[in-house]
Amino acid sequence: MGALMLDGNAAAGVLQEIFAVEMTTAVGTCDSCGAAGEVGRVQLYRGAGLILRCPSCEAVLMKIVTSGTRAWVDLRGLRTLQLNA
Amino acid sequence: MAGTAVLGRLNWRVADVVEVRPETSRTKTIAFDVPDWPGHQAGQHVDVRLTAEDGYQAERSYSIASASDASTLELTVERLDDGEVSPYLTEELRPGDAIELRGPVGGYFVWDSSAAGNVFLVAGGSGVVPLMAMARQRNAEGSGIPTRLLYSARALEDVIYRDELAQLTQEDGFDVVYTLTRAQPSGWQGYDRRVDRDLLAEVAPAPPELAVSFVCGPTPFVEAVAGALVELGHEPMRIKTERFGPTGG
Repeated sequence: MGALMLDGNAAAGVLQEIFAVEMTTAVGTCDSCGAAGEVGRVQLYRGAGLILRCPSCEAVLMKIVTSGTRAWVDLRGLRTLQLNA
Repeated sequence: MAGTAVLGRLNWRVADVVEVRPETSRTKTIAFDVPDWPGHQAGQHVDVRLTAEDGYQAERSYSIASASDASTLELTVERLDDGEVSPYLTEELRPGDAIELRGPVGGYFVWDSSAAGNVFLVAGGSGVVPLMAMARQRNAEGSGIPTRLLYSARALEDVIYRDELAQLTQEDGFDVVYTLTRAQPSGWQGYDRRVDRDLLAEVAPAPPELAVSFVCGPTPFVEAVAGALVELGHEPMRIKTERFGPTGG
């Protein structure tokens, strides 16, 4: 378990694998504080899975655990996600 | 994103090693031939996957070093002695070998050919790799976007791409400022300390002239640089960061 923080950028591959589109330029709105910004900009922590946190209030935006051919995605912390063509 | 090729699910591709080139004592550039490579934008990365004989897999993300028009896909990898993947990539791979990779991925930390104003690139150590892709892309496009690279390395012999960077500074509007934080050659005229607010105040273009900053390096380096740029009056939304850490090994 590394407590080391990276950027949402580093999750680009996993996110594109799940959502099938480029996600680091998608704009998410934090359900906790309402701050909006690109997914590439969020705080990323890697442990057993990926935890994406809001860079403004540090609330959890998204949790992702992958295992073999399955992925579990928790999006509770995101109010909206705006995908750009 | 560069066209529709990146849409859809990511697939692992087999990439053939065509060249392994030492850059410094700890870094090597590995050139791959990737059949049906869809092209990429400077600043994007790839995920590399190694599979052991027993089926164990390790996956890491590496920035692409080559410009999008290059004939081969190049990664520059720093060897982390306790890493799982980088020692294999830097010490074991030979031309003719093959690895699995997928990408390109990421659309956030990418060179913008339409930037209106100065672009400021700030590299900590091997964080220079995606920024070098940008410098190469700028050069390949014949772009006139005024671009400055601030490159922090421990010593001159740790500077990756030194000769090529010197060549690129012959182009109009591109320059490089070095700071060597641990050892300096005798007669060194450049900076000799970690990047701090005062150094950035001297080197960074003034906020009104700066379109975007790209900062890449170890997490503490990126934190310090991005924080100081904000203190100097740069808009947080115009500072793009890419942190890496031991998990990148």
